[in-house]
Amino acid sequence: MSETQALESMVGGEYKYGFTTDIEYEDFPTGINEDIIREISRRKDEPEWVTDFRLEAFEKWKQMDGDPDWPNIEYKQPDFDNIQYYTSTKKKSGKKAESLDDIDPQIRETYEKLGIPLSEQKMLSGIAVDAVFDSESIFTTFKEKLGEAGVIFCSISEAIQDHPKLVKKYLGSVVPKGDNFYAALNSAVFSDGSFVYVPKDTVCPMELSTYFRINNMQSGQFERTLIICEENSHVSYLEGCTAPMFQENQLHAAVVELVALEDAEIKYSTIQNWYSGDEEGQGGIFNFVTKRGHCRGDNSKISWTQVETGAAITWKYPSVILQGDGSIGEFFSVAVTNNHQQADTGTKMIHVGKNTKSTIISKGISAGKSNNSYRGLVKISPRADGAQNYSVCDSMLIGQTCGAHTFPYIESANPTSKVEHEASTSRVGEDQIFYLQQRGISEDDAISLIVNGFCKEVLKELPMEFAVEADKLLGIKLEGSVG
Amino acid sequence: MLEIKNLHVVVEEDGTEILKGVNLKINEGEIHAIMGPNGSGKSTLAKVVAGHDAYEVTEGDILFEGESILEMDPDERAHLGLFLAFQYPVEVPGVTNKTLLREAYNTIAEKRGREELDPLEFEDYVNDRLDIVEMKPEFLDRSINAGFSGGEKKRNEIFQMAVLDPKISFLDETDSGLDIDALKVVAKGINYLADEDNAVCLVTHYQRILDYIVPDHVHVMLDGKIVKSGDKDLAVKLEDEGYDWLTDLASVSVNGEQ
Repeated sequence: MSETQALESMVGGEYKYGFTTDIEYEDFPTGINEDIIREISRRKDEPEWVTDFRLEAFEKWKQMDGDPDWPNIEYKQPDFDNIQYYTSTKKKSGKKAESLDDIDPQIRETYEKLGIPLSEQKMLSGIAVDAVFDSESIFTTFKEKLGEAGVIFCSISEAIQDHPKLVKKYLGSVVPKGDNFYAALNSAVFSDGSFVYVPKDTVCPMELSTYFRINNMQSGQFERTLIICEENSHVSYLEGCTAPMFQENQLHAAVVELVALEDAEIKYSTIQNWYSGDEEGQGGIFNFVTKRGHCRGDNSKISWTQVETGAAITWKYPSVILQGDGSIGEFFSVAVTNNHQQADTGTKMIHVGKNTKSTIISKGISAGKSNNSYRGLVKISPRADGAQNYSVCDSMLIGQTCGAHTFPYIESANPTSKVEHEASTSRVGEDQIFYLQQRGISEDDAISLIVNGFCKEVLKELPMEFAVEADKLLGIKLEGSVG
Repeated sequence: MLEIKNLHVVVEEDGTEILKGVNLKINEGEIHAIMGPNGSGKSTLAKVVAGHDAYEVTEGDILFEGESILEMDPDERAHLGLFLAFQYPVEVPGVTNKTLLREAYNTIAEKRGREELDPLEFEDYVNDRLDIVEMKPEFLDRSINAGFSGGEKKRNEIFQMAVLDPKISFLDETDSGLDIDALKVVAKGINYLADEDNAVCLVTHYQRILDYIVPDHVHVMLDGKIVKSGDKDLAVKLEDEGYDWLTDLASVSVNGEQ
């Protein structure tokens, strides 16, 4: 086997989360129209303003031209009439589980198999988990302990019931209903996701995380997450994602909104490992995501870290609007694509306030026949005196049949600002592998070392507990059949 | 220890023959020098011994302690105790020297039935060896060869050799690009490491390094063959008279083959 072939087979490590949980779902029609949206709202027992929010979004969505045509990706638009926009497992009580015993044992087992035990005793003590299965939040751990600190961590559906004022104030305030085609769709049919509220002067006592699982073949997942960090507060949040292997594509169209007030800091990390389709490019998740943070207060900070390894197509630009003076936005990204995967991902840093700073570190790794693009915008508004941006976009190619592209856009309307952009493209060199092998290291370990070295600046940004997981994930993605 | 028999090698991509019947025998405790002008095939020989897959052996054999190693991957050859100091050491950004060396040391230790070292033990072991090439401990935490000067890269090769303690080392143009002070440090390190139980083979264009490392055997390589072998005086003669007096020898034998 040549080194290149070995490389490719390693990157194509077997997907270990592709099993399906056999579970009974409530009936719900497929397709989308006003009645369906009202029905979603009714089943979730939502107040009228939420129903109106959905319907307004739906009106906007209908008037839009369809999928955006500017990303560097090719696919067939999902058949929106064939998607089930709401799925709910049959439950005895009809209420969300209050204790572990109320959770369907099969779902509990699913999370155990995924390595996410929902029992607080079994979990890493520093992490609270919200588990989202298809359209619903199944269970949230450590709610009481967080409650003592005044932190609210629950599903968005619960937040609508229990904290309507907060949700009403912030929902759609960062990503407007009609922001883009998939954000509008999400706003119309959003299913579940997490809600986090950290009150003033509070450091959230534990890491918060949400684990998203798509199980149902026909269902789309329309994650909606909202995180609000009040003045002088701090929170670190992580999401993980997996799905079974199906021949058909499934849609995950998420909207995530972050709001940081004065001196607040939000750290948001993603380990995305959706099913990416088979070697021929059959199946896999369409990951069309709008994530945006708003540094509303002075000296606030929002930091996005993502490790994107899965999904057939990823279309995602976690962004920061730097409105408060002296606010900081960061984007650290590792995107790995293999086989027929396509990724068009990057960020937008919108500098509005004075002396705002942003940092972008993007590492793209492409193998197989995949296509990996970085797309980023740095925009400096006229009043953003002293704004600074530093961007690095590095691409690594494995083999001869993949593609890497960089599309940096810089718009500066303030002459006192400073924008630096560096980009590089390298190939995993056979000379590097030979060098390491000559030192006695096997071929797969050599590749693992090279790739980890390449991503190091990003991986070190992950919270400790998750860095291990990310490392393992890259390992799985990289070792596979040879390992 | 190492025996190269009638070795013929072509470039895999285009079939160009580089080595045209090399014979060489290296025993424990010996220092050899292979000299020759650019393009004579001496660097190729070092890479082929290490198992570089850009080359294909079409005839002959390479025996290590009596066993053929032709079918082995480069890492398996390294496990036997074979080391190559690269002419152009490769940069691996983000991976520290220490990470590489500990992984390499422990992998080889396991294969050779030695005890593996935990991080603390390894720290001590490595620090002792830094002195051999006069390197500072900070060196260990830098990415492999990234941003190193030419001299640092070459010293790093000898440092790795000191840590991995190979049985036979091919040093490919280790002297090239070094100023006189760096050359002395590198030569001192090599002399320190060469002993009764191991062997060193210097591949070099110039006689200069042989002022500091005295070889037991000197071989001249021209057009893919070793055309002359001798002792250290041969190197001196080459320095004085160049390779011209040997080229006739090479063309005769090449023509003879045709």
